[in-house]
Order: sequence, then structure tokens, then C-alpha cells
Amino acid sequence: MYSQGLIGADGRTDEAPEFLEAFQKRIDAEEKIEPMDAMPEGYRRTLIRQIGQHAHSEIVGMLPEGNWITRAPSLKRKAALLAKVQDEGGHGLYLYAAAETLGVSRDQMTEELLSGKAKYSSIFNYPTLSWADIGTIGWLVDGAAIMNQIPLCRCSFGPYARAMIRVCKEESFHQRQGYEIVMTLARGTPEQKAMAQDSLNRWWWPSLMMFGPHDAESQHSDQNMKWKIKRFSNDELRQKFIDATVPQAQFLGLSVPDPDLTWNEEKGGYDHGPIDWDEFWRVVKGGGVMNRDRIEARQKAWDDGAWVREAALAHAEKRRARKLAAE
Amino acid sequence: MVSETPLWEVFIRPRNGLAHKHVGSIHAADEVMAVQAARDVYTRRGEGTSIWVVRSADIVASDPAQAGENFEPTADKIYRHPTFYEIPEDVGHM
Repeated sequence: MYSQGLIGADGRTDEAPEFLEAFQKRIDAEEKIEPMDAMPEGYRRTLIRQIGQHAHSEIVGMLPEGNWITRAPSLKRKAALLAKVQDEGGHGLYLYAAAETLGVSRDQMTEELLSGKAKYSSIFNYPTLSWADIGTIGWLVDGAAIMNQIPLCRCSFGPYARAMIRVCKEESFHQRQGYEIVMTLARGTPEQKAMAQDSLNRWWWPSLMMFGPHDAESQHSDQNMKWKIKRFSNDELRQKFIDATVPQAQFLGLSVPDPDLTWNEEKGGYDHGPIDWDEFWRVVKGGGVMNRDRIEARQKAWDDGAWVREAALAHAEKRRARKLAAE
Repeated sequence: MVSETPLWEVFIRPRNGLAHKHVGSIHAADEVMAVQAARDVYTRRGEGTSIWVVRSADIVASDPAQAGENFEPTADKIYRHPTFYEIPEDVGHM
């Protein structure tokens, strides 16, 4: 979500240098920018894109996990998964609301998601094949999300930063419940442990890709750092994630599927093998296993909900008219 | 295309004794559904004991372009603050 939200963001802006300079001064002074403040068009456009795509990621992210609600192995796991999926829906709504303060409408954002104009995180275009995937998603995908989202709590745009603070408070539960699921499997029968390992094998690389392209390939990154929309580079965050996660895998007795992974004493972090960027771009551009299903599911929800939205508005209008007549 | 479902601003009182505080916004067709949606979206973990919703369109706000005229003049009225007045130490705490 998150770092990928900036892919294709267009930070170009053509305001007068004095205006841009005054705006930059506010940013440098760590002043938050609020919706009605004057801001460069490029700043507004970049944020609409990033927050919108972040929101879409939360909403589409409900689908791979929702897939397992009816098949959760116990009532406890089912209750936790339901709560987690409901949280993702809530996160999407906080974020849509934050984006709307910038002058984009909810319907417009929904249309952009459905038409494919707006993207969502590539990670949700991978299928959830086993129950272990629900654990791995919580552990790795939400873990990567937390790495990305904590710095966003200090984003220069007030409503985004405030939404992120709420989101981060809730994500920690997601990651811990995921890790607990994987741990239960890793300590279970050999078959259960193999299931956990298979899941880690499939999700490790896509999770690293969540941080977006390498810094050298990341367009517009400088401008976004300067505007404090973003605080750390993609590679910095990816490194933090790897360093935090590898020991967690070791604790479980699972192996990270990267033969080149080695501890680098000098930098105090792990070196990792090459990431398959061809796969990344293929999935971002619609060629992942689940891209079509995800959009079809969203389209169906939107179409099937149309009569409910219309009826609710008609009912509200009827009540309003009756109330007026009674006065 | 139907018109968009209206936007509402949501205010939550974290607990009795504190004021309602703005937490975000939601879309809902009417006030009943707005309160219900606000409960689902903004109070999943005991964040509040009371909810207010107000249609966003009904909020009247000061003009940010006039923020200078509106709010800066108070900065130089230091005589509005207690520390402006010198009271000898001997008088004690006042």
C-alpha cells in the first residue's frame, strides 16, 4: 500500500517560486498542513493519489482474508479474523475521509479503483491458499504495513497523519494475531509446520516488494521527502523490515526463502538477494493471479449495493419531507 | 448516477467529563445511519461513550485566508496574560 501509493504520483507543480518557498518553510518548521490551507497543486495531487491508493489497499485487503472467515479452525480464530477484516474496512474509511478533505469525492475514488486507473498494493493480488496464509499475512503483510505507516503518522498533511495514528494503534493486534497463528502451526505436527514454511516461502518476496521499487528507480521520491509526505526511503524501510523479521522467523524454526540472506556486521543489518522486479511490475500492472478477481469482487459489491444506496437516500428524503410537512 | 451519499463529521466523547472531539467523517444517507456507521467505524475499541454527528455541509468555518486578521492580533496582547504583571515575591503565590 503505502510506499506503492506513490508509484505514478505526479508531484509537478507550477506555482510561483515565492509561494512554493513559503509553503516549504511551513513544512520545514514541521507545521502540519490542513485541508483548507493553500498548498501546491502537486502536493494536493500526490496526496490524493497516495491516500486514495492506501484506502483502496485496505478495502481490497479485506478480500484475501475474508476468504478464510468461514473456514477458520476455531471460534477464537474466527472472531479474531472477523475483527481484523472489520478493522481493514475501518482503515479504508478513515483514509477515504482523509482524501476527501482534499476535494476528491468518494464516488470518484471508487470509480478510479474499479476502472483500474487507481492501484492498490500488489500484495493483495496473491491468493490465500491455506489457513497458514492468514497467519503469514498478519505477520509479514501487516508487519510491513506497520513499518510503512509509523513514519506516516508524522506526514505533513494533518488528516492523513491523524488517520495513520488510529490505524497504527490497531495494526499491532493484526501482526500479533498473525504471528501467533504461524507459531501455533510451527509448533504443531510436521504437516502443520510444513504448511507454515510453504506459506512463508510464498509470501516473503511479495512482502519485500510492498515497500516499492529501489530508491534509485523511485521517481518523484525527492520531492515527496522534501514535502514530508514520506519520511524514509523504500530501501530504508525494507531494510528495517528484514532486520526485524528474520529473527522472528528463526524463533519459529522457519527458514526465510532467500539463499543470499546474510548478516552484515559492518552495516548492522542483513544483506538480501535480488528482488524479482519483473514480477513486481507484472503484478502492479494487472498480471497477478488475483487482479481480475479482486476488481470483479469490488465491482460486484458496488453494483449489488446500488439499490441499497438509492433506497437509503430515497428514505432519508421521504422522512425529511414528512418532517417539513408536519412543522 | 445517483447523487452521492451525504458526508457527516463525527465527534466522540472519550468518557464523561471530557468534551466531544472531532475524529473524522463518514458517509450516510440520514442521521440514524450516520450514528450507526460512526459507531462501527470510530468506536471499535472503547474509544467513546457518546457520539455526535453533524452534516459536513452544515459546518460554518472561519476563512483560512483571514487567519492572520482573525488570530494574530492576540499574540501582541501580552497584558492578557498573568505573567505580564509583576507581583513582589513577598506577596506569595497569586
